[in-house]
Amino acid sequence: MTVKLVIENLKHKPMRSLLSMFLIAVPVTLILCLVGLSRGMLADSARRARGSGADIIVRPPGSSLLTLSGAPIPEKMVDFLGRQPHVAQALGMITHPVTSATFVMGIDLNTFNGMSGGFKYLEGGPFQDPNDLIVDEYYARQNKLHAGRYVTDILNHRWRVAGVVEGGKLSHLIVPIRTLQDLAGYTGKISLIYVKADKAGDIPVVMAELKALLPEYNIYTMEEFTSLLTVENVQGGALSTFINVMVGIGVVIGFAVVLLSMYMAVLQRTREIGILKALGASRWFILKVILAEAVIMGLGGTIVGIGLSFAARALILALYPASLTQAITPDWWPIAGAISLVGVLLGALYPGLSAAAQDPIEALAYE
Amino acid sequence: MSDPLIEIRGLRKVYRVGKVDVAALRGVDLDVAAGEFLAIVGPSGSGKSTLFHIIGGLTPATEGSVRIGGQDISSLSDAGRTQLRRDKVGFVFQKFNLLPNLTAADNIAIARYIAGRDRNADPGFAEALKLLGISERLDHKPAALSGGEQQRVALARAIVNHPAILLADEPTGNLDSENTVAVLDVMRDLNRRLGQTILMITHNPEAAAFAHRTVRMRDGRIVG
Repeated sequence: MTVKLVIENLKHKPMRSLLSMFLIAVPVTLILCLVGLSRGMLADSARRARGSGADIIVRPPGSSLLTLSGAPIPEKMVDFLGRQPHVAQALGMITHPVTSATFVMGIDLNTFNGMSGGFKYLEGGPFQDPNDLIVDEYYARQNKLHAGRYVTDILNHRWRVAGVVEGGKLSHLIVPIRTLQDLAGYTGKISLIYVKADKAGDIPVVMAELKALLPEYNIYTMEEFTSLLTVENVQGGALSTFINVMVGIGVVIGFAVVLLSMYMAVLQRTREIGILKALGASRWFILKVILAEAVIMGLGGTIVGIGLSFAARALILALYPASLTQAITPDWWPIAGAISLVGVLLGALYPGLSAAAQDPIEALAYE
Repeated sequence: MSDPLIEIRGLRKVYRVGKVDVAALRGVDLDVAAGEFLAIVGPSGSGKSTLFHIIGGLTPATEGSVRIGGQDISSLSDAGRTQLRRDKVGFVFQKFNLLPNLTAADNIAIARYIAGRDRNADPGFAEALKLLGISERLDHKPAALSGGEQQRVALARAIVNHPAILLADEPTGNLDSENTVAVLDVMRDLNRRLGQTILMITHNPEAAAFAHRTVRMRDGRIVG
């Protein structure tokens, strides 16, 4: 009967109920999108690194996991590493930012083809000219590019789109390494080195060799590197802290929305609370009805929020497939639900307690 | 009279309004027998409603005693008065006071639920429903019922837990003459056939005529 009373109360003011659920859904969506984007972007980075076909990554001293600034490694080191025992190939690569979320990579295409098996071309083909550009399908879709077109908004240089390739390898934008080195002012320098061992069993030996040769450098096996790409590891845990802050904001928004909504509801239902009290309803019964109503709104808001996170992902895929990657994170659904429930229960507590404490005579006289 | 069901002695109630004490009841003595239908009349401000609220456990007395079935309710705590309203008293109000979101049937069922009883009323209540003549209207919400029907649903809700006392505060105050007679007929039937003790506040002398006895109040006292 309590559930029926609560449901009927929610149905009685459908706009208030739906609006409250929507407002509760907003922080749920924000949290899920934030976690989804963090994980999606990291998973995308890991996938692209694996797409190089390398077994080992040599990164410059002091570099962070996700970003590389500049090109501090002398290019001649690529040949040096390529000559080491059990090393099948070494590939130097330079990366340069185009936007805050997009990087252009410069590589030697032949070496990359040998290391990874090469790109799968959906349109066009490999570089024919130093000013050629290869874009992946996501960048091509986002910017409506096709093979043979020219673009001028990358480093203020006129590029010809030589090919459109399947996504998931290295970067959205690939150019010849020499051209990028010259344009970015890093002639003779590279950002990192991918190393492929003769066979998988040689990886530990090569790792030991490289660490002995380059003690200052950050050297990871591909497995190690991709396993380190987690929310907790990014920027020394800063992303994790940011997510926690968003969670806190989610609780506060849920609290404020439900506090206002239930406070209004209690005011509107003063007479009804008086009626229930006249029938012998205890303080706990009244409080229970208010809290149950808030819990249903919290659960409804969570479900709407989860639905909106799917909508946000679809929107990102449609509008910015090359800029952002959002993962769907079902393991965070109960967490987001718990966050909104904490918020709504805290928000419903004051209106609930004030309703429970109402004087029945005054409540019955309320117009 | 055998032992009265309601025994009130020296009842006083003082309300604090701002910084002023207002005496609503100034020493009321009253006995009501079990099965009696009592009308209480008097002008506005005479203390009728306050007397009802105290008997019904909606507010505590300032002084004096009120015994219902031998139990002194004047010293009950808030929780004790809640229990009294749940088990011993049924209210009918001038404004019907049905829960607008629930159907008539659910308005009745929630009174049973609050009292900790199952949803289905006992066979005795079926007879009361027949008397009330609302069996066909139970699936409707209050907004779809006439005033007379709403008041009969309120009567059904008030007696569904077989309270010792039915307190009716101006039950016909919002009804036309036809529905007034219909509701009063039902109350008289409930009193005669089921032995329901009824205390009814009214301004209407014709309504008071349905009761066995009428007491008059003025200035917080019973004057006749």
